[in-house]
Parts: sequence; C-alpha cells; structure tokens
Amino acid sequence: MFWYLLRRLILVIPTLIGVAIAVFFLIRVMPGDVVVVKLRADGAAVSEETIEAERKRLGLDKPLYQQFADYMIGLPRLDLGKSLWTGEPVTKEIALRAPVSFQIAIMAGVIAILIAIPLGTLSALYRDSWIDHGIRVVAVSGLAIPSFWLGMLIILGLLSLFNWLPKIGYVPLWEDPITNLSVTIWPAASVGYRYAAVATRMMRSSLLEVMREDYIRTARAKGVWTRLIMRRHALRNAMLPVVTVIGLEFAFLIGGLVVTEQVFNINGIGKLFVDATARGDFNLIQGLVLFIATCFILINLAVDLLYGWLDPRIRLN
Amino acid sequence: MKRTVLGMAAAATLALAMGSGLAFAQTPKKGGTLNFSVVAEPPNYDCHGSTTFALIHPIAPHYSLLVKFDGKDYPKVVPDLAESWSVAPDGMSYTFKLRRGVKFHDGSPLTSEDIKASYDRIISPPQGVVSIRKAYYSDLDVSAPDPATVVFKLKNPMAGVLEALASPYNCIYSAAKLKQNPRYPETEILGSGPFTFVEHVKGTSWSGKRFDDYYDKGKPYLDGYKAFFVKSNGVVPGIIGGQFDAEFRGRNPQEKAQLLDKMKDNLSVFEGTWVNNLMLVFNTTRKPFDDVRVRQALSMAIDRWGGSEALSKISILKFVGGVMRPGYAMSLPEAELVKLPGYAKDINKSRDAAKKLLEQAGVKDLKFKLLNRNIAEPYTPAAIYAVDQWRRVGVTTEHEQLETKLYQDRVAAGDFDVAIEFQADFMDDPTAQFSKFLTKKLSPSGYSGHTDSKIDEMYEKQRRTIDVAERTKLVREMERYALTQAYNVPLLWWQRIIVINKKIHGWYMTPSHYLWQDLSTVWLDPQ
Repeated sequence: MFWYLLRRLILVIPTLIGVAIAVFFLIRVMPGDVVVVKLRADGAAVSEETIEAERKRLGLDKPLYQQFADYMIGLPRLDLGKSLWTGEPVTKEIALRAPVSFQIAIMAGVIAILIAIPLGTLSALYRDSWIDHGIRVVAVSGLAIPSFWLGMLIILGLLSLFNWLPKIGYVPLWEDPITNLSVTIWPAASVGYRYAAVATRMMRSSLLEVMREDYIRTARAKGVWTRLIMRRHALRNAMLPVVTVIGLEFAFLIGGLVVTEQVFNINGIGKLFVDATARGDFNLIQGLVLFIATCFILINLAVDLLYGWLDPRIRLN
Repeated sequence: MKRTVLGMAAAATLALAMGSGLAFAQTPKKGGTLNFSVVAEPPNYDCHGSTTFALIHPIAPHYSLLVKFDGKDYPKVVPDLAESWSVAPDGMSYTFKLRRGVKFHDGSPLTSEDIKASYDRIISPPQGVVSIRKAYYSDLDVSAPDPATVVFKLKNPMAGVLEALASPYNCIYSAAKLKQNPRYPETEILGSGPFTFVEHVKGTSWSGKRFDDYYDKGKPYLDGYKAFFVKSNGVVPGIIGGQFDAEFRGRNPQEKAQLLDKMKDNLSVFEGTWVNNLMLVFNTTRKPFDDVRVRQALSMAIDRWGGSEALSKISILKFVGGVMRPGYAMSLPEAELVKLPGYAKDINKSRDAAKKLLEQAGVKDLKFKLLNRNIAEPYTPAAIYAVDQWRRVGVTTEHEQLETKLYQDRVAAGDFDVAIEFQADFMDDPTAQFSKFLTKKLSPSGYSGHTDSKIDEMYEKQRRTIDVAERTKLVREMERYALTQAYNVPLLWWQRIIVINKKIHGWYMTPSHYLWQDLSTVWLDPQ
C-alpha cells in the first residue's frame, strides 16, 4: 500500500510537468493582450509607448524560451509567477478562492451521496414500478436542468418569497457557521442536484447489474432477506462505479462551477478562471490549470485507494 | 416626435436638480454604512495608471484631489485641497493656495510637496510606473514655492486646465512615500480623503471607514462604506435582496423597471445624459470606406431620431448628438446638427440621398462586416439597429461579435471594415472627446486610420484657445468638419439611469460615472 501510494505520488510529477508544458505553449496561441485589456479597459487613448513599457515591466517582451525557463524554474519552488492583472502571486490568488470552491464541492458531494445512494437503491429494487419511474424522472431532470439555471431559480425564489439574498462574501465555517452555510448551501444545492442525478443513475444501473450476479441469486435461493443481501453483498459491490463518478464529479466541481459561482456571486476558482481567461492573464491561467490538474490527480488517487477498501480483491500494488 | 430628445435631457436634468435640492435641504444625519455594488474590480489601486470606474468607485473616497468637479453643478470646478486659485492674465500660469492642516490618513501633513510629487508622477512617471494621461498634462510644469502654494506653469497655452486638474484619477499621494517607493500606490492606500482604507477582499468587497481628521469638519457623514464586486446581472437581485443599496455606474431601462416594480416606494431614480456614446468607426484604409461619399451614405442611412425613441426603451442608448454630448455648452445646437449628414429628421429623404451617394461612388451591393464586442448592453442592440438601417439602402452587413480582448486586438491592428467603438471620459472637454476622431499620429485611438491632418490642426487650435467663446466656435467648426468627413460617426449617446435606495441622500448624479464618488456628502436616513 505504502509503495503503491509512493509510486503514484511520484508519477504525479511527470504528469504535472507535461500539463505545465502543454498549457504554457497552448495558452500563448490565444489571441489578446492582457496589457491592452488592462490599460484600455474604459476606452482610454493610451499610447503605444505606455503599453510597451507595461509589457516590459511584466516581462512579456522577453523571448518565449526565456519566459518558459523562468516559469519552469519557479515550479519546483511552487512559484507560479505573478498575476499579470493584479501583480499578486498566483498562489495567493488561488489560495484566496480555493476554500470556498472546496467547501461547495464537498457540500454538493454530500448532498449527492445523501440523495443518490437511497434513490438509486430504491430505483433498482423497485425496477419498473412507479417508484422507479418517479426517481428516474427526478434523475433525468437533474441531468437536463443546467445547474446555473437552477441557481437562478433559487435566487428568484428567495427574492420572491422572502425578498432576501444571502450575504456576499465568504466567511469560513469555523468563524461563523450560520453565515457560511447561508451563503454556500444554495450553490451547493444547485450543483448538488445535478451531481446527485448522475450518481443516482449510476447507482441504479450498477445495482441492477450486481443483482443479476450469481452470488446474489445464490443468496436469494438460500432464503436470505433482501435487505441483508443488499447491505452485505450488493451495495458494496455496486459502489465501485458510483465512487468513480462521485470522485470525478467532485474534481470537476473544483474548477467547474464557472457560471454557478457567477450566479451566486461566489468568489471561487471557477470565477477566477473565467476572469483570467477573459483578461488573457497567462500566468494565472497556467497556475489554475496546474491546480485543477493536481486536484484531479489526487482525487483519482483517493478513488483508487477507496476501491481497495470497498473490494478487498483489488490489490493496490 | 413632439418633444425633442434634447428637451427630454433638459427635463431629466431639471428633475435631477430638483431631486438633489430636496435631498440637500434636509439636515444630514451621521452614521451608518453605505453598501453599494461595483460591476468590475480594479487590477490595482493606482489612480494614475487607471482608466476604469472600477477603481474610482471603491477608491475615490480615500483620496483628495487638488480641485474637483461639483456634483451639484457640473461642470463647475470647485476646490478640494486647493482653497483658492488665481490665473495669470496671460493664462499661462495657475497658482493654487492650499488648505492648511490637511492630513494624510497616517497623520502626516499634506503640503504642496505632495501635490507636486503626485503631478510629477503623472507627467514624468519614474521607470516602472504607469501614467495613462501623461501626454494630456505634458504642457504643465509644477512647482511648490512654499508649503501652501502650488504653481502650474504652462509651456504652451492650454484650454480647460482646471477641468483637466479636476480629473478623478489625479489622486494626491504622499511625497515622502513616493520617494521611498514610487509604485506604492499600486498596493497601498494612503490618501487624505474622507474615508480611510479598511480592507480589500479580492473578488468580493472593498471597505472604508470615516477619517476623523478629514479637512472638511463634520464630514463625511457616513461611518463607512462597503463596495461589493458583483457581475452586472447581480445588481438588480442584490438591491432587491438587500445585499446593497446602490450601483453608481448606471442601469438600463428594463432593470430600472424591475427595481421599481419590486421596490417602488423605496427607491430614488436619477436620469440624464451620460458622457458616453457609441460610434461607428469606418476603416478608411480599406475600400470603399476611403471614399467620403460611402461613409456619409452609411451615416445617412441610419435614423438616429427614430433609433433614439426605439432603443431608449430597451437599452441605455438614447440621445442624438454629434461629437460633443447633447446639451453640453460647446456642442452643436440641434438646429445645426440636423443639417449634417446622418442627422436629418426626414429619414426617407436622407436614405434617398444615401443611395445616390453610393451610386455616385460606384458602390453597388455593398457588403461588409461590422465588428463589435460580445457585450450585450448596449453593443448588441446598437449593431442590430445599424445592420437593419443599412439593409434599407441595400447594404448587407455581417455582424461579428468578439470577446473584448480579441475585439481590441483587431481594432488596434486595423483589421476591420466598420467597428462599433465607444467614447467615454470623465468630462465633456473637447480635448478629451475628440481623441478618437484624430489621426493615428496624434492619437493612439485614431482607429479609423485616416490621415486628414486638418482635423488634427483644428484639434490643436481649439486646445490652445483659452477664450471660451472663441474655443466654442472652433469646436463647433471641428465638429461640423468631423461629422461631414465621417471617419467616425456617433450613433447615439447614452442615458445614465441610477436607481438607489431612498435612504441614500447627498449623492448627486453628474453626466459622468467617474465623478463625485468621494462620498463625502452622502448620508443615510433609514426612515
């Protein structure tokens, strides 16, 4: 187990280097100049001389290979450079936004698990009954309704019913749990619904497949209670693909709450990503891609480790 | 149309003035925190290197200026740090006497050295410092003969000196701090304005609290303020939901209607002209836009008066005007404007003339691309309207909307046929307003690429003419010439609509969203 973990962690390094190289060069194909966007934002007649001076100050006048070398030298020291827009270190910009994105992703994950496992199980158990049909309608609706639209409905609902909206800004959970939850619960619910829909469908199909297995039939033939069969044999085996889906969706949510964060005025990673791309802030985009890639890799690793726990037949070596 | 658009503008301004007057007649109450939203966030804190309201709205309350525009009586310039001033008889030097006892937020005294250091930073920025408007002030030489006096000497005659010095971007910084680090204003706030800096939560909010040693005793009235950075579509729900009480840039008519529908009795509405317009830029380096007849024909095909009526209901586009804002003292009167190509009120006659001009120019079945930003308000309705208007004279247009940075690249590189560009500045002064109408030689935003030096000469001449009546004559002459040559033609001017909670008093709307945002006169009446 230890060696497996170590090997996987070592493999993270070349993966991230590959991502870093690809992002560095791909991003520079993107048209647009951050300095022009910054200095001519409100249509001001800014001279070319001023624009050139600012480009020079930001190091954008250096040859590409030199910019690349500076970037790669900084990586081992976790120095991702400075945002071309704010001048602040990229790591600081990301660290400021990561907690809220993580919290919303975790809350959405919890909501998804709490909904998906019971609903998916019920749906599989009562296959083709009105319960199954009802749950499938709920699940398909969750897939069909975009999270941001659901978010807008939530906002409109809060406004129409209570003339109230949650406070703007993020307060850590341990500082003020009520304010924190009043801010984060709505975006978590709006993305959690879709998340739950994906997991419910996966839970249902996976459980149906497991229920067709010989060992389940044998248990039934022996007269074991259905509830016991589900708990002891079916659920655990059916969880493998569900865990994969939950893990991947979670990683996606870290940087993928782009529109939902905007709808709820949440200052998270998704919003930062959109802003950085719109401004052409190369350094920040590179940092964000690396950060999200790291999250994906680590969450995948965690999912792989969970496999071993769920199914002892899987050997992690 | 019985009432002219200008008439409506005047009525709106009057209503505004009356509204403001009523608010002012009440006794201001002390206390409370003003919460407002800003629909963008500044990249850094340096006024001298900025061009955006996103900096002005949260940061202006921290700084004093030498002089400022009067919010109650725009475009009058009133003292801020300056107590009084005198102008040399030849108009070549301005001497300002400063208030005594003004302090920076750290308690250090503000003297003429700080004014000089700040203006020196604008005019001749040290290496690494961005000064956006240095060319604008290049004719000024600043000296500080004693701690309470600042003298601005002009190398050449320059009109509108006071207005230029009232720029909301000319924040006064500490000379001592600048000496240590000329770039400190990018990351630190040390001003002498009515509010001290409390906190900037990136991507979320900016807050300030009352500066008890503010030079204007008794002000500010507020305990503090908090600016929330939100996306534009979050403003209306935010006001209704009580997250904040105002947004000071401007909303569109539908948003005004939504707010009034929900909170009719709790809102104050301010409406008037805005020192912003959308214009069509013809790329004169491309055929057939090098032909004045084609440019004029394309301008004449557009029914601005009808457009004003239709578009003002769905967008912030409203007022018909030339290069200068309609209603501004130096702008062409409507009677003269209607004689110029593109401004006639009889659109059928105008379109017939447009078709003839295209025929004379030998242009048949004209097809071109209209380059635009992918920002809905007001760019999309403006372009759709223009495309439809051109269709009526047999011109086919493809509307190409790009992300702002891609749009800017294309326009700056001259890679377009016709583009929709906007003009926005903090004041009406012609020297600022004509910047996009000049040749590239004189202005970096002379995007039409024309090489007509006559317009540059006229520009320089008005810029050097101090006598207001004479300057007005020159400006109008230049406006007539610019609109006739039609390198760029204004489409419509914007309407500024501000909807704020009724509890906010002492805020005055000017035609510019960059002005009167130091919040020193604002107070709250919760009742």
